[in-house]
Amino acid sequence: MAETLLSVSDLKVHFPLGKGLFGGAAGVVKAVDGISFDLKPGETLGIVGESGCGKSTLGRAILRLTKATEGRVVWMGQDMFGLDKTTLRKARRDLQIIFQDPLASLDPRMTIGAIIARPLKTFYPDLGKAEIDKRVKDSMSQVGLAPEMLRRYPHEFSGGQCQRIGIARAIILRPKLIVCDEPVSALDVSIQAQIINLLRKLQAELGLSLLFISHNLSVVRHISHRVMVLYLGKVMEIAERDVFYANPMHPYSKALISAIPLPNPKLERARAHILLQGDLPSPIKPPEGCRFCTRCPMATDHCHVVEPPLTPRADGRLVACHYA
Amino acid sequence: MSDLAAGTAPPLEAAPVVGLSPFKASWRRFSRNKLAVGSMVILALIGIACYGGPWLFPFGPEDADFDNISAPVKLFSLHPFGTDEFGRDLLLRVLDGGQVSLGVGFVGAFAAVIIGVIYGATAGYVGGRLDNVLMRTVDVLYGIPYFFLVVLINLVVGRTTAGLFVSIVVVLWLTPAVIARGQAVSLRHREFVDAARAGGMTEWQIILQHIVPNSLNVVIVYSSLLVLEVIITESFLSFLGLGIQPPASSWGSLIDTGARAIENDPRLLLLPGSFLAATLFCLNFIADGLRDAFDPNER
Amino acid sequence: MVCVMPSIPTNADARPKADSAPILSVRDLSVDFKLEHGWVRAVDGVSFEVRRGEVLGIVGESGSGKSQILMAAMGLTAINGKCSGSVQFEGEEILNATPERLDKIRGSSLSMIFQDPMTSLNPYMRVQGQLAEVLTAHQGKSRKEAIEIAIELLERVRIPDARRRIQLYPHEFSGGMRQRVMIAMALLCRPALLFADEPTTALDVTVQAQILQLLGELVRDLNAAVVIVTHDLGVIARLCDRVIVLYGGRIMEQAAIDDLFETPRHPYSQGLMAATPRLDDDVAHDLRTIPGAPRALMGKIGGCPFAPRCDRRIARCTEETPALLPAPGARAAACHLVVPPRIG
Repeated sequence: MAETLLSVSDLKVHFPLGKGLFGGAAGVVKAVDGISFDLKPGETLGIVGESGCGKSTLGRAILRLTKATEGRVVWMGQDMFGLDKTTLRKARRDLQIIFQDPLASLDPRMTIGAIIARPLKTFYPDLGKAEIDKRVKDSMSQVGLAPEMLRRYPHEFSGGQCQRIGIARAIILRPKLIVCDEPVSALDVSIQAQIINLLRKLQAELGLSLLFISHNLSVVRHISHRVMVLYLGKVMEIAERDVFYANPMHPYSKALISAIPLPNPKLERARAHILLQGDLPSPIKPPEGCRFCTRCPMATDHCHVVEPPLTPRADGRLVACHYA
Repeated sequence: MSDLAAGTAPPLEAAPVVGLSPFKASWRRFSRNKLAVGSMVILALIGIACYGGPWLFPFGPEDADFDNISAPVKLFSLHPFGTDEFGRDLLLRVLDGGQVSLGVGFVGAFAAVIIGVIYGATAGYVGGRLDNVLMRTVDVLYGIPYFFLVVLINLVVGRTTAGLFVSIVVVLWLTPAVIARGQAVSLRHREFVDAARAGGMTEWQIILQHIVPNSLNVVIVYSSLLVLEVIITESFLSFLGLGIQPPASSWGSLIDTGARAIENDPRLLLLPGSFLAATLFCLNFIADGLRDAFDPNER
Repeated sequence: MVCVMPSIPTNADARPKADSAPILSVRDLSVDFKLEHGWVRAVDGVSFEVRRGEVLGIVGESGSGKSQILMAAMGLTAINGKCSGSVQFEGEEILNATPERLDKIRGSSLSMIFQDPMTSLNPYMRVQGQLAEVLTAHQGKSRKEAIEIAIELLERVRIPDARRRIQLYPHEFSGGMRQRVMIAMALLCRPALLFADEPTTALDVTVQAQILQLLGELVRDLNAAVVIVTHDLGVIARLCDRVIVLYGGRIMEQAAIDDLFETPRHPYSQGLMAATPRLDDDVAHDLRTIPGAPRALMGKIGGCPFAPRCDRRIARCTEETPALLPAPGARAAACHLVVPPRIG
């Protein structure tokens, strides 16, 4: 019986920009502007989009690392935003995060053993040293790190290894959900593949749910069950992975997939490329109507006025477009 | 690849199992700076002389040796550098005064740093209104004329070494506070702090275990000159008569006495002056060395 | 509002015939850096040629030395670096040339696009000034003329409202626009040879597609030679005619684009292809990875730099550095296990 683990409703995160002339806010960056989705246990949702789409902000807002402006997040039946500080801290046991810059997410002054043990010490302060040691070493083995290295410092490791350390820290509490914020974007291709395989393995072994945030659609395809496409803070499309990649419906999804250069010269030459004109509009002044209307090949006057709602289609996916 | 151009090495394969903490790495860099290490040695010798030296003398700094009034310099005699017009041994007085100067200097700087860092780190990390209130207080304190404050405190606490100590620390903790706050503000957005919050740590735990240790680098660099400042400040105050009162002495008060007697007996000025100058030079070189070794931007 | 581009021929089969004499000839280029505890070799005996009208791709991961090759050719190696070997541009030796000589050719006949446009654009100067500067310095044009040419070029790189935008400062452009400005700046004097160091890595995917399209067109128009350095196999597949695969500062394999992607011969090339996630992979299986991590060379290494990570290594691999052996079809591979068929 797959209950919903996480339910996000109309989440908005707006950042005020400086002060206007008479003290009011000069402008507002609408990083996340009304996003809703559900997540089941053991499921991976790939969140894709380009810069300014709000995907990182979304991940942080769900974990309450960034303050949300509006909306609801229901985690295992509890309203995340209504929790007081103590209950929130307890909930953090099940919600973890891994970051894009592997080295920056590790305190440079602590040994990696101490870094990985830190969450354990925070939640189980009475655990004995031997037990902590054992669990840290287990965690390290699970992510493919040699347990003897636990007295070394982060700057002595490569990017890929630092990311493994971050993952070891994230799984040591056996969380139910891990938000992966562009975890492989800063890594070399060969290392990227290792980390993706590792995450796949851990997901199977530990029954994790993942929110996998990335701009790289090829990577997302290897790890996600469903895919959610964001643009300027709103959802354009949510679909099952195979259904999505076989036949993207939203014009933006189509443009995204078409834009990826394939590592296959013959195919590349033969392919039709959809090229969008112009650059991404600023999240301070998003377009009226559909966010994508300024660059959409199919936009009509109607699109510039009325924002399309996210509606379900025949094959179960959700698309926000008047014409797709 | 920019690693190579910057001159730092990529991680080694077969490194020892116990790692090199960034702190140890910085100390290693410091130890390669001969001038700085030399200065530390000299400073240590001065310190040992000031604290240990007086034990070697059979008399005290206030004891007048009536047989040897205004004795000249005779290096291997009972009074190596002679005596003043009261028969007090000059070297012993300088060493004894050094205890106060160095003591107030190091302990005062240490206290100022501790207070300042905790204050500033809290303000910077928490941000918002607390930050505003705390830092505006600092701004106000900066604005109060320094001597005014010192005189006030002296009047309240009394003209003692303790009073001097308090009045110096009260003013000097401001700079470490501002620096620590700046560090905390830039650190609070770093990802390992986010990771700590996601890991369920309380704000206070994060401040003490993540923010403060990572600020130490920069605080050490800027505060290395703080000891210097404290010693100069103390000397100056004592020179003006606001600090150490006789019969206690510090280098500053000795210099005050010596300056007035400069026509009669320049030794009274030169001896404490040289010790003070030597100490300040050493501290300067040490501060330079610390900055080169610890400042992340210098690398 | 949008272009749906039909198949754009970006490869040699449709391009005007490449000249037969190479415009850039690199022989045995090595670059060493002095670090805290000794010398490190970042580029180790690299040789290749490029002709006008041809796009050469250099692909490698971090530590492979790919960017340092371009830096050495442009005379931009850091101060603690030492270059040896030969780099001939239009027949003239430019490696370790005098700064005066380099200043003359850089920006005019030899030009470079960087990954981060912000670092090659002066944030304190309007774009107009920076572009005009290149033309007045190299071609002696008057400022007025220079600005007109610059506006034309900005329009060519599809910056809308170029006449107005040229007066802006770099930070007032978006990332994609800044990259176009940098491309315009690099092409102002119609260079014969263009270096591009990860030109699209910092850009969003849809913007990257636009820039790749633009680069392809411009290069065809100018009939320039291009050397493009990247870690992205997709970008290579899109733009290049020939490819060099670099690892640990040495060339592992060299081939025409179709040959490399269809039949990679070197174990590293094969590993790289297998590790790259594609839209048409079978997701049921894990990606095939290369164990270990890329490392920069420390001191002198005996044998093949890839040997520590190669799952097909033999004893000989750690003892003897494999030479780059040519094979028929303008290919070459540096691996003891890849034996080219006998010719003749």
